[in-house]
Amino acid sequence: MEQQVANKKIGASGVEKIIIGVLGIGLWFFVYKSLAPVASFVVYDLAGLTAGSHLAEALEFFIYDTPKVLMLLTLIVFIVGVIRSFFTPEKTRKILAGKNEFVGNVLGAILGVATPFCSCSAVPLFIGFVQAGVPLGVTFSFLIAAPMVNEIALVLLYGLLGWKVALLYMVTGLFIAIFAGIVIGLMKQEKHIEDWVLAMQRGPALDFEENISWTDRLNAGVAAVKEIVGKVWIYVVAGIAVGAIIHGYVPENFMASIMGKDAWWSVPAAVILGIPMYSNAAGIIPIVQALLGKGAALGTVLAFMMSVIALSLPELVILRKVLKPRLIATFVSVVGLGILFVGYLFNMIV
Amino acid sequence: MEIKICGPGCAKCDEAYCNAMLAVKKRGQEVVVSKITDFQVIAGMGVFSTPAVVVDGVVKCVGRVASEDEIFSWLDA
Repeated sequence: MEQQVANKKIGASGVEKIIIGVLGIGLWFFVYKSLAPVASFVVYDLAGLTAGSHLAEALEFFIYDTPKVLMLLTLIVFIVGVIRSFFTPEKTRKILAGKNEFVGNVLGAILGVATPFCSCSAVPLFIGFVQAGVPLGVTFSFLIAAPMVNEIALVLLYGLLGWKVALLYMVTGLFIAIFAGIVIGLMKQEKHIEDWVLAMQRGPALDFEENISWTDRLNAGVAAVKEIVGKVWIYVVAGIAVGAIIHGYVPENFMASIMGKDAWWSVPAAVILGIPMYSNAAGIIPIVQALLGKGAALGTVLAFMMSVIALSLPELVILRKVLKPRLIATFVSVVGLGILFVGYLFNMIV
Repeated sequence: MEIKICGPGCAKCDEAYCNAMLAVKKRGQEVVVSKITDFQVIAGMGVFSTPAVVVDGVVKCVGRVASEDEIFSWLDA
């Protein structure tokens, strides 16, 4: 009897939650759809700026794009947070262990996108993968895809540049992760892992089958929003502000000579410039969008962005703990070449 | 009893450490809380996603920040 009452209670609050959820999504779409008219109303009617002036263009860009991107980000981060609650590094390791090259690389890259792990976990994760017999190349596919193809980058690309660019970025990002992993696998780099990692005793296999309810999964989504959106919103706002200034004040085609299609050297320059730069996708994409509007070529800009995100000095310093310098150099060169290829490809076809 | 928090020391690991301290305080027992930051030691325990919470040598959770209540429930009454 008591059990029944308890069940009913859970049922009622469940229905309530669903209603709140549906209303929330409805409200989200309504607000999202009214952002553009509200922005132009504020800029042209309320502030009374003349259409076409530098200030008006910069301001409209800022007022429209900031809430738009933040709203998209909140929704997608929530959904991704829920999806990720189905994956854990432990399950991923189990799936990838003993997988052969190629199939393993493809799976590794895809799981790299779906598996949640804290960026400072890269080293323990690497050790765990090596110990479980995940091939080195497959491990790299995982580690390259994880930062490169992330939900923040995809949301910003979609929100600011449209779904085609976002899709292209996702596909080529996965391609680079798969390609680099296969190449590193073929190069038989295992001897360039630090000796202590290879010599380590295999730790006890931990099996965590935590029972996760749907409430927990939704809470995981909310937690992801709090953590990620709470951390990156400032970069988004700052990035869009800089983007807005470029948008309004930098002359048309200003970037064409430096970052345009005809400057062949601009792609490698973008990749090299991107390595020491360490920014997250949130800060870099609004600037990237503004540069594109001023005549920079898509391939060059994508190459720059990928290099900033996927090849970062702090990450290399962390990886140095488990990899000998030779393997670090191989890793940077192979990923760099992949990015270069993508950059030239886009400059050619777009 | 002792609690060990495994993690290289990023924000999440610190959060787990704080939660452990709070849980211990609530229990009001003699519990030593320490951090393990050496990757070699962490991996030796079979942990490869951090932060992880280890209570008396038993790994209780990995790859996420354990809440104060959770850690509280892992301590002996």
